[in-house]
Amino acid sequence: MITASNLSKYFGPTVALKNVTFEVKKSEVLGFLGPNGAGKTTTMRILACYHPADSGTATIAGFDVFDDPLEVRKRIGYLPENNPLYMDMGIVDYLEFISKVRAIPPSKRKDRIRHVVELCGLQKELGKDIGELSKGFRQRVGLAQALIHDPDILILDEPTIGLDPTQIIEIRELIKKIGKEKTIILSSHILPEVSATCDRIIIIHQGEIVGSGTPEEMASKSKGGEIIYITIRGPLQEIQSKLGSMEKIKEFKKIGEKENGLNQFEIKSDVGVDLSEELFLLVVQNGWSLTELHQEKANLENIFLQLTTKEA
Amino acid sequence: MRNILAIFQKEFKSYFNSPIAYIFIITFILFSSWLFFRTFFLIGQAHMRPLFGILPWLFLILAPAITMRAWAEEKKLGTMEILMTLPIKDYEVVLGKFFSSVLFMITAVFLTFPLPLTVYVLGNPDTGTIIGGYLGACLMGGAYLAIGLFISSLTKNQIVAFIVSIVTCFALLVIGEDFVLMSTPNMLAPIFTYLGLGTHFESISRGVIDSRDLIYYFSVIGFFLFLNILTIESRKWK
Repeated sequence: MITASNLSKYFGPTVALKNVTFEVKKSEVLGFLGPNGAGKTTTMRILACYHPADSGTATIAGFDVFDDPLEVRKRIGYLPENNPLYMDMGIVDYLEFISKVRAIPPSKRKDRIRHVVELCGLQKELGKDIGELSKGFRQRVGLAQALIHDPDILILDEPTIGLDPTQIIEIRELIKKIGKEKTIILSSHILPEVSATCDRIIIIHQGEIVGSGTPEEMASKSKGGEIIYITIRGPLQEIQSKLGSMEKIKEFKKIGEKENGLNQFEIKSDVGVDLSEELFLLVVQNGWSLTELHQEKANLENIFLQLTTKEA
Repeated sequence: MRNILAIFQKEFKSYFNSPIAYIFIITFILFSSWLFFRTFFLIGQAHMRPLFGILPWLFLILAPAITMRAWAEEKKLGTMEILMTLPIKDYEVVLGKFFSSVLFMITAVFLTFPLPLTVYVLGNPDTGTIIGGYLGACLMGGAYLAIGLFISSLTKNQIVAFIVSIVTCFALLVIGEDFVLMSTPNMLAPIFTYLGLGTHFESISRGVIDSRDLIYYFSVIGFFLFLNILTIESRKWK
């Protein structure tokens, strides 16, 4: 659905994008992850035909973004960074304007507007001007605007930025719901966000792609290995010697002690090694008791930090 | 065409979404009526000259006030990115904005209709000069608006757009005035007279609709709208 090959973009002497190449398949949700200023917005603007790349090409649904911008724009819904809106327009006026320019036939406009209003949960706010809405509802207006012509492809630049946790979850749910049938590219600098909503992640840093894969693949690439936190009640020395004799444990350390002989350990092992069951059995066999065991899953943070702080 | 219409409607509505439009229309009518009647009864002649004489100066404020937000606001809010990623051509947006500003100005000018009515009640004016005057006002207004729109597209700041538009229109207006022409070299004088925004309006408002005057205004409008399209397109230059 979307291909980008060797996209580069410079703003004066600053390199915004350097040979960015990627592909998005039909009905895939791709997450663009990167620190602020990494080139996420620049990429999205190129795909949305807002400004061209200095070199390289990109196609959307087979149309080149530079040669056929109108055909591309017809097929995408775009939520720009910071969700710009006409503050003094009414919601319905705004959606009507967009549907006119989106060439939705007059007979269908009402239905489409009603549909996106319901989809985005805007029913109760309809009488208001956009400027009167809270940030969460403005975001929904932005999404409604992007969805009104039922595009196959959605480009969402930081769709949940600045929202409170409940709103973030609601917007994520919405994206998941839409993502079942549409191809979506979304950007974010928040890790849990992309791992929660995306099928595939591309990590971009200083204009270059530094990593890509499914959230699971990315996690398994983590150099840090798996970490288990465990709290055991039992004699400290015995526990330590037994843990020391387990081959699969790369490293363990005691990180805390509570009253009643509770000992907390951090246990590291190699990637892909799941020790939780063995640890449980060990505790049972020795007649100790286990009060806590949790595994640090999907260590995206680590990868993200590794990939984006290389030079630092 | 459909796109131009959609932009046109959106823009025209947006004038009335804020109180600024009403304030400007009312101020414009107040000023024009006051300035009209101030000399009208003194001269005691049934014609519209007092109004048409001051229109070029009143437009100097009214037109930039209409156009100042047209692009500057889009840039400041960032809605430019929405607008320019819709399936719409750049020139369609420029034309839609231009036509809506023209209609707004025509509305303001049309609301001065009590003045010619008064003239008709009190005397027997020359209808040709009144029609010519209003037609000329629309054309001259169009030129001011095209200039103002272009300048608005250069900045994010409405106030900057407003003031620079006033200064630009002022410069183009006064170069055709006798006062300036007296001190210009003889070689340039005819060029300045031709380029002056007000000179052609004067001849149209005398009731003489000359194709040269029409061509002048249409070329000024065309030229600045073209520059406007170029500035909007410039983001796409490699």
